[in-house]
Amino acid sequence: MKAANFEYERPGDIKSVIALAEREDIVTKLLAGGQSLGPMLNLRLAQPDVLVDITAIPELKRVEENADAVTLGACITHADIEDGRVPDGCAGALSTVARDIAYRAVRNRGTIGGSLAHADPAADWISCLAAMGAEALVSGPAGQRTLAVAVLMTGAFDTALAPGELIEAVRIPRFSRSARWGYFKVSRKTGEMAQAIGVVLHDPDRGVCRAVMGATESAPIVFAQAAALFGGTSGAPALDRLDLDAATQALITAGITDAIDRKLHITALKRAIGRAAQA
Amino acid sequence: MESAPANPGQGIGASVLRKEDDRLLRGRGQFVADLRLAGMRDVAFVRSPLAHARIRAIHKPHECGDDIYTAADLAPVKPIRAVSGLPGFKVSEQPVLATGKVRYVGELLAMCVADTRARAEDIAASVKLDLEELPAVHDMLAGRQAGAPLLHDSWGDNVFLETNVEAGIARAFDAPIKVTREIRTARQCMAPIEGRGVVAHWDRRLEQLVIYSATQMPHIVRTGLSECLGLDHERIRVVAPDVGGGFGYKGILLAEEVALGWLAMHCDRPVRWIEDRREHLTAGANCREHHYRITAYAERDGRLIGIDCEATVDSGAYSAYPFSACLEAAQVASILPGPYDFPAYRCRTYSVATNKCPILPYRGVARTGVCFALELVLDAIARETGIEPHEARMKILVRPEQMPFDNITRKHFDSGDYPQALRRAVAAIDLPAVRARQKRGEPDGRLIGLGTAVYCEQAAHGTSVYAGWGIPMVPGYEQASARLTPDGGLELRVGVHSHGQSMETTLAQVAHEILGVALARITLVHGDTAFTPYSTGTWGSRSMVMAGGAVARACEEIARRAISIGAWLLKAEASAVRVIGGEVVGPTSKVSLQDIARVWYLRPQDLPVHVNPGGLEATVGYKPLRDSGTFSYAAHAVVVAVDPETGNVEILDYVIVEDGGKLVNPMVVDGQICGGVAQGIGTALYEEMPFDAAAQPLASTLADYLLPGPTEVPAMRIEHMEIPSPYTEFGVKGIGEGGAIAPPAAITNAINDALRALGAREILQSPATPRRILDAIARAGEAAP
Repeated sequence: MKAANFEYERPGDIKSVIALAEREDIVTKLLAGGQSLGPMLNLRLAQPDVLVDITAIPELKRVEENADAVTLGACITHADIEDGRVPDGCAGALSTVARDIAYRAVRNRGTIGGSLAHADPAADWISCLAAMGAEALVSGPAGQRTLAVAVLMTGAFDTALAPGELIEAVRIPRFSRSARWGYFKVSRKTGEMAQAIGVVLHDPDRGVCRAVMGATESAPIVFAQAAALFGGTSGAPALDRLDLDAATQALITAGITDAIDRKLHITALKRAIGRAAQA
Repeated sequence: MESAPANPGQGIGASVLRKEDDRLLRGRGQFVADLRLAGMRDVAFVRSPLAHARIRAIHKPHECGDDIYTAADLAPVKPIRAVSGLPGFKVSEQPVLATGKVRYVGELLAMCVADTRARAEDIAASVKLDLEELPAVHDMLAGRQAGAPLLHDSWGDNVFLETNVEAGIARAFDAPIKVTREIRTARQCMAPIEGRGVVAHWDRRLEQLVIYSATQMPHIVRTGLSECLGLDHERIRVVAPDVGGGFGYKGILLAEEVALGWLAMHCDRPVRWIEDRREHLTAGANCREHHYRITAYAERDGRLIGIDCEATVDSGAYSAYPFSACLEAAQVASILPGPYDFPAYRCRTYSVATNKCPILPYRGVARTGVCFALELVLDAIARETGIEPHEARMKILVRPEQMPFDNITRKHFDSGDYPQALRRAVAAIDLPAVRARQKRGEPDGRLIGLGTAVYCEQAAHGTSVYAGWGIPMVPGYEQASARLTPDGGLELRVGVHSHGQSMETTLAQVAHEILGVALARITLVHGDTAFTPYSTGTWGSRSMVMAGGAVARACEEIARRAISIGAWLLKAEASAVRVIGGEVVGPTSKVSLQDIARVWYLRPQDLPVHVNPGGLEATVGYKPLRDSGTFSYAAHAVVVAVDPETGNVEILDYVIVEDGGKLVNPMVVDGQICGGVAQGIGTALYEEMPFDAAAQPLASTLADYLLPGPTEVPAMRIEHMEIPSPYTEFGVKGIGEGGAIAPPAAITNAINDALRALGAREILQSPATPRRILDAIARAGEAAP
């Protein structure tokens, strides 16, 4: 289990990364924390010609704040977030999520941008940031653009990023004081990949009511206007108003045919709702 | 001769810290993968991608053909044969590199060597295989059916061995209570932190093949290598350096060991192969897969009368050396009755060849499976008759006044008070409080369940037992050497190997008990065939009984010789002196063992005229008074909380009341128990190696093959009973495997107890995964299979 041969580059700026990544004569892979890519290289599931290490680029570790949002560079680690070394505009929700990602050794190196770009359906950030309404700031050969995290992932290990594009940072809208947040993941044991993820964000001051069912076989199921999931009322998401048929139908539409899998997803969503109600 | 330790804080019964931890905890251990030999090359193997296929051709790419070896190159090497003498056993021959057919995914097809492992893997990837896929046997029950594809064409079927044990089963047939269950245990992978690894080189000075291997039994590996390579024993030296856990996986002769040995003899460079985790999971360490169709007969009050069982073990493709493909299933028939006394019994067993890697004996071997099967049906009887599960067991547990006791399969129980263990476990877990809590219900909706299980662990069984199995390795006397050094230190040499058992400490404690030499001055030499007496190695919870006994005897011999010299120096009668605390003490004066050693080695002019010329070094063999084994045992009681919406199980409390005979180092015993229970929790809840219909293994990384971690293993409460064995030195009993035996039974019983409130189907399959639990809930009301 040793990686196939590859070249290694560690550029100091984004332009150089893009220049390498858009070359058509070679296969490149971007390396951030390497917590997923490392094993894939060793298992020879990924065999790039050039591994482009993006951790020496200052912009990718930047942190910006304004009244509306916190922007975290792609190479900010889960541990940075867990330990509060970066601001949490979400009333502690970010660090709570970070704390439950895999194991501390993984969190020390794994990055928020890497997790999004890797697009593992069972990962925490793709579901949580979708529920938070976060945007990925993307740079590529054609310049910069923003992409809602809710549409970033197009399938298991597949994203809407074009060839040569990379995620530079994630802009995470701040919660208002009225925000209620609930997150729950079902996993076999501490640190394991999720079997089901439920997320609920109700922030009436900002007119936000979102729900996400994640850790499906593919992209998370995002209810951008989740009021419909709770009988169309404008109140807070509540267990007794959860439209189970609608949630179940969304899972079936997403291809989840197994009844026990659906039960786990519904359970995760219900528990996220419960946590939001207690928040 | 009398003796006593100087410092009772270091002898038998003392919980001293482990001597080996100073290097191991600082990361200074030396494992096979730490070895660096000049010019060493790395090996990667081409492994079969198919479970069953005819080999049409293996194409070596022209540019690296010299670095690739196939069976044709290894022509004189003999296949691995592990034959049992049990009547009807069918012989498999496991080629070191496959010839003719491949019979499991991961079987070795070619060996590639390069300056780095990565490059060797490149070469392996360039080898083109031309394989004709054959239908595979992916399930042991299907493999028993007529018309199943045949693994070994000449056999006519896929059954290595069928056995039958019967003792008056007919008298149970009229019993008023009869419960029948179909029970399965998953195929598992034993998972030591260190995998297998081999470094081999040819020592031209000694004309000797030197094999460094992560093994539990260096001498048996040497014997196996001698057979396969056609080399005399004296041309082979096997060294097992620090080994990071064994659990049975390192108690076999590997095809890789033979292949590397051959390669070192032919390429004039040291070579190494370090197993990676994918090889380990999919092609190496498989164990535990059992199936039971079991009927229990009982009186209306819940007293068990008889057990009638048909057990099948998935033995995999080949008979592994030295334990063979049949030990596990044949053992099932002899140990299924467990610690219980009942009058009617029948058990038929089948060892079935399938297109999976060979099954190997994992800590507890068949005991974990039989305990699971029997304890689950005992709970079923308790439910059927409306009594508490422990009451059903109390009625039939072997009683102390029956000791020594020969059970229905003629197992000889040496000593013990089994009902006391269960009584204490039930008291410690506080049954009434658990039942009250269960009735009250949990605020979070989880369901509380209580489970118990009792087992016995025959350990250190020797010649009289293994001669009957007729496998390549039958243990006899265990030997140890003891040598006082010129400056009064003590070297012990044993053929067993310590890889987590703490023997560098505990065997030193035994020696200290006899001679009083400080632990700091006692060194254990083990793991090298050049320096240690022949031994079948470390397996079967035998080392403390056997090697401990041998060390005691060797030290007693040293004491006798030291007394003879010491008495001369003290001008006293030998009968008037004793060894006390590292000194020979006479009526009026004393002399230290250090001074006696100095005289023997450096001032022979001061020795008595008729001194024993053997000096202060002795090799002595040992067997217990009876070698049918010691019987340690324990009652486990566990409380779980089951989440009926996620199927997750949390262990809330875990109690173990255990009798390991006289404990040499109680802290080490606790460590053995905790480690075993952790593995048992893995068996109960997490670990499973599934296969698809083409017999492809589906868990190839530790992301797929779940092991319990620190958060899944609760703090355990351990109580000891120290009822000595009448047959062994100091009354010790073997305890190495026990912790891993009962947890799957106890935990699954607890889960079934919790799910009873929902009328769920019983869980009858390990591991009790969330999916199986949710499925059992979803199918509430359906009858058990």
